[in-house]
Amino acid sequence: MTASRPNSPVSPPRELFTGQVGFILAAIGSAVGLGNIWRFPGVAYENGGGAFLIPYIVALLTAGIPILLLDYAIGHRFRGSAPTALRRLGGARAGRLMEGLGWFQVAIAFVIGLYYTVVIAWALSYFVFSFDLRWGDDPAGFFVGDYLRVSDPGLSLDFVPGVLIPLAVVWIATIVVLGLGVAKGIQRANVIFLPLLLVGFLALVIRALFLDGAAEGLNALFTPDFAALANPDVWIAAYSQIFFSLSIAFGIMITYSSYRRRRSNLTAPALVVAFANSSFEILAGIGVFATLGFFAVQQGVAVGDLEGLTGVALSFITFPAIVSEMPGGPIFGALFFGSLVMAGFTSLLSVLQVVSAGFQEKLGVSPRGAAATIGGISAVLSVLLFSTTSGLIALDTVDHYVNNIGIVASAVLMTVLVIGVLRRGAELRGHLSAVSTFAVGRAWTILVGVLAPAVLAYMLVTRVVALVTGGYEGYPSEYLTIVGWGSLLFIVVAAVVLSAIPWRRSPDDLAPWPSPAQLPSTPEASTR
Amino acid sequence: MTPTAIVFLIGAVLIVWGGLVASILLLRARPERTDYPAGGEHDARDDAGPVERDT
Repeated sequence: MTASRPNSPVSPPRELFTGQVGFILAAIGSAVGLGNIWRFPGVAYENGGGAFLIPYIVALLTAGIPILLLDYAIGHRFRGSAPTALRRLGGARAGRLMEGLGWFQVAIAFVIGLYYTVVIAWALSYFVFSFDLRWGDDPAGFFVGDYLRVSDPGLSLDFVPGVLIPLAVVWIATIVVLGLGVAKGIQRANVIFLPLLLVGFLALVIRALFLDGAAEGLNALFTPDFAALANPDVWIAAYSQIFFSLSIAFGIMITYSSYRRRRSNLTAPALVVAFANSSFEILAGIGVFATLGFFAVQQGVAVGDLEGLTGVALSFITFPAIVSEMPGGPIFGALFFGSLVMAGFTSLLSVLQVVSAGFQEKLGVSPRGAAATIGGISAVLSVLLFSTTSGLIALDTVDHYVNNIGIVASAVLMTVLVIGVLRRGAELRGHLSAVSTFAVGRAWTILVGVLAPAVLAYMLVTRVVALVTGGYEGYPSEYLTIVGWGSLLFIVVAAVVLSAIPWRRSPDDLAPWPSPAQLPSTPEASTR
Repeated sequence: MTPTAIVFLIGAVLIVWGGLVASILLLRARPERTDYPAGGEHDARDDAGPVERDT
């Protein structure tokens, strides 16, 4: 730093992934998370089995990959975290508004980070519990009673040490990795954990395929119910699965793609990331349902009669019960919960990098400073809110509201504002085509500007109506108002407040490359 | 397994894993463009990186 004046702020080079493979691994690590393992198999089974593949592939091609490319284009062209990149995209006319949308996305990521760590902490505990089958004969009672000590909905300060300790471990590991920066921290963690996850999970799937009853499980998952395709809810389920699984539209992929060199291929890596994510989901479907088939045979029931086929119940109640009945159960359990930890951790890093990058750029702090400050604040909040006896119900509620309303609203706003209102579809399409090995056609603009927001808006409206009229899980309405709607209010207020804080260094002097004159001409561009 | 379930299992694997293999092959065949527009070589100095202070 000898070129700068003493005591003057200097801007070091932007952090970068060291290359294309490092970026792709980090992006796959982000996309492959808990939802791939515990959500996809059950969703596919409940929505047409083998026939679900049709809406699933359609959703991948018409919404998943197009929105992923939108995120890549925004982050790469405008080279910043979500608030920075969206502010630059908005320009003088709409920069403040778009920055607010960016902070909305940062606030969503902040809230998700608070409880995502907790689930990883549970999985870490269960990884250890697997070795002596600590849950005994009653996994449900053990999880809710002995382990989490769940109380009624409310706000408790009665901490559960069994959660608190692994949660602290997860937060320390996260802060260390984020503090090491993009290349030495996030990329290196993904280079280590993603191959480990793949090997561990493959071993689990192969073991599952040789269990008695595996074929019954696979029959249940893959036998198609074509009548389901006439049900619009099945199509919405497919779009939801693709949307939530790919980590799109709430700042993650904007942030990650901003750490790529300018001269970087965007479109072909997006295909690799999207198909790798779906490939892992298919693998998880095979592994989970082969295992459930074994359990059904052991219980003397059909797979369809089993309970707890998705989410927390599948992972922390059903799977432990299966592990207890299985020869070599402890190893199988360790593989399963170890996979959950690794898949969750690499996704968590990406969620929190959204927050860290936003504050680094706005307040001019280093990655290490941002990791320590934001990680520290998050860790305290996470412990206070979710490591107590009321943690499970709070987590379930916040997760439901933030995902189904917060993230979906973020996606609707981003696609409508960027493509429909600000009319930047042609520029972003030109950017993708100018730097990538294969060009993006005009259909992309229609998919991200019309189809995706229409489907997402339908999802948003139906879920808001369902929550307003029916509540959630029978929890008291006052509780849902404070914890569920309150989380969303917090996110909105945070977006407004953070937008109003002055920038340490103006972000507005970026000259996008390729310049508008260098972009491939498109019919849409000529009409602008 | 029933023949129908086997067909759909194989179909899912072929389409999704096949898509992954095809996209990796596509990327390996042409990892980067060779004809980028002029400029874009200096990635960082004109971007707002985190501010640090010399001491």
